[in-house]
Order: sequence, then C-alpha cells, then structure tokens
Amino acid sequence: MFRQINLKEKGIEIFLSLSAFVSILTTMGIITILFAESFQFFKNVSPVEFFFGTQWEPLLVPKSFGILPLLSGTLIIVAGSALISIPFGVLTAIYLSQFASEKTRNIIKPVLEILAGIPTVVYGFFALSFITPILRSILPFTEVFNAASASIVVGIMILPMVASLCDDALRSVPRSLKEGGYALGSTDFEVIKGVLIPSSFSGIMASFILALSRAFGETMAVTIAAGATPKLTINPLESIQTMTSYIVQVSLGDTPQGGIEYQTIFAVGIVLFGVTLLMNIFANWVMNRYREVYE
Amino acid sequence: MNDILSRRKLKAEIFRIIATISTWSSIIILIILLGNIAWDGLSKVNWTFLNNFPSRFPHKAGIKAAIWGSIWMLALVAIIAVPIGVSAAIYLEEYAKKNKLSRFIEINIANLAGVPSIIYGILGLTIFVRFFQLDRSLLAGSLTMSLLILPVIIMAAREAIKAVPKSIRLGAFAVGATRWQTIQSHVLPAATPGIFTGVILAMSRAIGETAPLIMIGALTYVAFVPENINDPFTTLPIQIYNWVSRPQVEFHHLAAAGIIVLLVVLLTMNAAAILIRNRSLKKYKW
Repeated sequence: MFRQINLKEKGIEIFLSLSAFVSILTTMGIITILFAESFQFFKNVSPVEFFFGTQWEPLLVPKSFGILPLLSGTLIIVAGSALISIPFGVLTAIYLSQFASEKTRNIIKPVLEILAGIPTVVYGFFALSFITPILRSILPFTEVFNAASASIVVGIMILPMVASLCDDALRSVPRSLKEGGYALGSTDFEVIKGVLIPSSFSGIMASFILALSRAFGETMAVTIAAGATPKLTINPLESIQTMTSYIVQVSLGDTPQGGIEYQTIFAVGIVLFGVTLLMNIFANWVMNRYREVYE
Repeated sequence: MNDILSRRKLKAEIFRIIATISTWSSIIILIILLGNIAWDGLSKVNWTFLNNFPSRFPHKAGIKAAIWGSIWMLALVAIIAVPIGVSAAIYLEEYAKKNKLSRFIEINIANLAGVPSIIYGILGLTIFVRFFQLDRSLLAGSLTMSLLILPVIIMAAREAIKAVPKSIRLGAFAVGATRWQTIQSHVLPAATPGIFTGVILAMSRAIGETAPLIMIGALTYVAFVPENINDPFTTLPIQIYNWVSRPQVEFHHLAAAGIIVLLVVLLTMNAAAILIRNRSLKKYKW
C-alpha cells in the first residue's frame, strides 16, 4: 500500500514539474523561431543594411530594409511616454506614500488599477478620438496619425506601473531614516529629496526601465494612433511607424509565407524581443545591485 | 534667517501641491476617458447592437459574433492555462528544491511576463497556426493566449500558496499525510481565494488583448457564432479595432459602443476579484 502511495506521489510530482517546464518550452520556442527565421532573412539582407539602413520599404519595389526608421519611431513613443509617465508616476508615488491619508489611498489605488487594466485598443481609440483632435486644434499642422498622440496615451497606460513600483520602493525605506531627516529640522520636501529618493533610487530607476520596456513593446495604441509611415524623424507631430505596428501591418496583409516580406516580421521581432529582454534584465540587475538593505 | 526658513517651507508647500495635483489628475484622466467613450457610444448600445452580426452598414452592425468569440476563447483559455499554471506554481512552491534549475525557471517566468504580447502572436502564428495547422481557429487563438497569461497565473498562484503558513503543512505532515495529500487537503483550499483572484485578473488581461490575435489572423469577417474549437472567430477587442481603423465616423461610434461592452465585462470581472479577495481576508486569519 505504501508503495502504491509512493508511486502516486511520484507521478503527481512529475506531472507538476512538466507544467513548470511549459514556461521553459515557451521561451525556447520564441528564441528558436525568431532566430531560425531571422537567419533566413539575413541570408538575403546584410545585417549592415538592416541595422544601419535609413530606409524601410520592404513592401515596395525597390525594397529597402533599414530598421532605423522603425527604431526611431519606437523611440519617439518611448521618449514621449516617459515624459508623461515618469514625472506623474513619481509624484503620484510620493503623494501616495508620504502625504495621502488611508482614505485617499483607497480611492487612488483602484483608479490606477483600472487605468492599468484598460485594454490597449481602448487607449488607441481614446488617442484617435480625443487627444488627436485636441492636438490638431492647438497645432493645426499636426497630422491625423501622429506620434505625439500615441505617446500621450502610452504614457497614461504605463503611469500606474511607474507609480505602483515607485510606491513600493519608497515604502521600503525604513521610518527611522525618514524621522532622522525630520529630526534635523528638514521640511517634507527636503526629506523626500535628501533621504527618501536617494535611499530608494534603485527601485525607482528599475520602475522606469520596466515601464519603458512596456512602452517599447506596446502595440495596439501605436498601431491605431501613430500611423504607418516608417520615417526617420524626430518630429512627434508626424505620422510614424513603430516596430510593433509594422509587424501588425504585415500580418494584416496578404504576404505569402516564406517570402522575404514575411521574414521581416521575425527580423523586426528579434530586435523587439532582444531590446525588451535586455531592459527587463537590466532593471532586475539595477534593483539587486544597488539595493540598500535595511534591517 | 526667518526668510530662509519661510522660503524652505514655501518650497515644501509648492511641492506638496504639485504632487497632489499630479495624483488627482489620473482620476480626471479616467473620468475624461470614460466620459469620452460614453458620449460617443452609449446611444449605440442596445439590443440590436448586441444581437447583430458585423455589417458594412453601420446601423445594422452588431457585436454578437465578437461576444460569443470572447466567451469561447475565455472558456478555452481557462481550461488550458489554469491547470498548467496552478500546477507549475504548486511545483515551484512545494516541490522544487532551491537549486539553479528552479531559480532559472523562476527568472524565466518573470522574463516571459515582460515579453511584448505581439511576440506571443508571432509564436502562435508559427507554431499553432502554421506548424500544427490549426489555422485561424479558436483553438489556435486560445493556445496563444494561454501561453501569454501563463506567467501571470503562475506568479499569482505562487503568491497565494506562499501566503499559507508553514504550520498548516506541518500539522498535516504530523498526522502522517503525504506531500500531495497535504497540498490537496490543506494548502490548496486555503490558497484557493488567492489563486482565484489571480486567475480572474489574468483572464481580464486575456479578454482585452488584441495584438496576438491579430497576428494569428483573427481579424477577418466573421458573421456567425463559433460552434466548435476549429471555427474561425473574432473577439471584442478585435471587432473594436476593426471599427476604429475605418475612416467613417459612424464606425467610430460603434467602436465606442463595443468598448462600453468590453469595459463592463472587465469591470465586472475585476469587481468579482476584489470581492473574493475581501471575503477571503475575513474568512482566513492566520
């Protein structure tokens, strides 16, 4: 009887461990597919042209495969969303952890959770139907599809992430440090600037990197609002194209499987995957490497 | 002297005001966002809209196929992802030794949670749609979506299992229960509310995701309710995207109406998650 039980126990353990391996299979699947298909792509297009070319026109003749326009488009979105999410996110976190009463926290926290949970396609609609018209009435030369409008909604989208991660970081600073600051006669602002932020700096930086990696890979809002014009520009009022929205554009069209147009999505995908992965790893590294450990 | 002090205090006060305004602005943004959508779409939400199939005539177009597609996909994702996710969490919390391999699996799951959703779309397109030739079916979409939310479920379930105190397990071991008997009879019942909350939140992520499904080719004209897992399908966010991307303003109003339906579903799910969380907080006190 004990043997039977042992057998059952072992069987269950094996089944459970297989489930845990699904996640490893997923990672392996992603990496294998991206590498295999990109390899085919780089047989036809030189990596130099891909990484340094300033023209991205894979669907038109003559074809050109320089990823820089897509990269610049993505970076405009990342930079623009950082301008919104970082100041507002940090200030919200400071307010929540230092000034807000329990009652206020109980209002703000769910609001942030709702903002974080709204699907990205909804943000795309909001950008197109609300923010773009406002931008166009202030700056009439703004194009219908433009990077600025998309960056603003992506910024709103990742604001809750910055706020909640910074809030955690600020709350992990021990009360005694803060009170030491007040005991020296510092004002609220001086304690925040001189004690709280320096002692939770690694967590705050990590929150920025994680949030911006989200912005880097954000798809639907930029597909809807930022346009489909790969362009090497820094003007946020023009129509651009990001790496993600290019991938969507190809998958909406009728590009035959196996052709070079089809392979481009994997080449762009591997850059997207690589950059976001590096950002996530870097964020964790910053968090662990520079974390102040308090008793 | 007093001058410096009052200037410092003024600075602190200004900072406090700026922080307050910044914080409350997210509420204002949420109100504007919801108001804008309600303004555009509320008049379109009616029985015809809920009970009609998509159409090229805006006044006839409805969201029936998308609602049923979303329900199907949600059910399939729950069947596929929940058992795997919870099993993986049990393994990592209760069985795995703290060695390099389990550490690697942990880091791997954390990184998967940060992979852009469109990459999962590429994965699903290559593996499920092309390699396994599932085509643009509900099954292909649900498998893709399951992989996407698996890290979320695993991480939430682990937190819930971790929150069960060690003494509960020791009590079961002490009366001679095996490991699995302990988990089954003591750990899982106590962790269930937490797992359930995590699962609902993961599901609400799945119901709002668009990009991976577009990648596997789900953006097609679907004017029927899917009847089995091999049928092509559409979902609420895909139908919304379809309407948003058209130039005519009538379709934008339909998109807003679709968004209202989607948000109502999402808020209901989130409210359920919060309710379960609060009730279990009352029930279990360690």
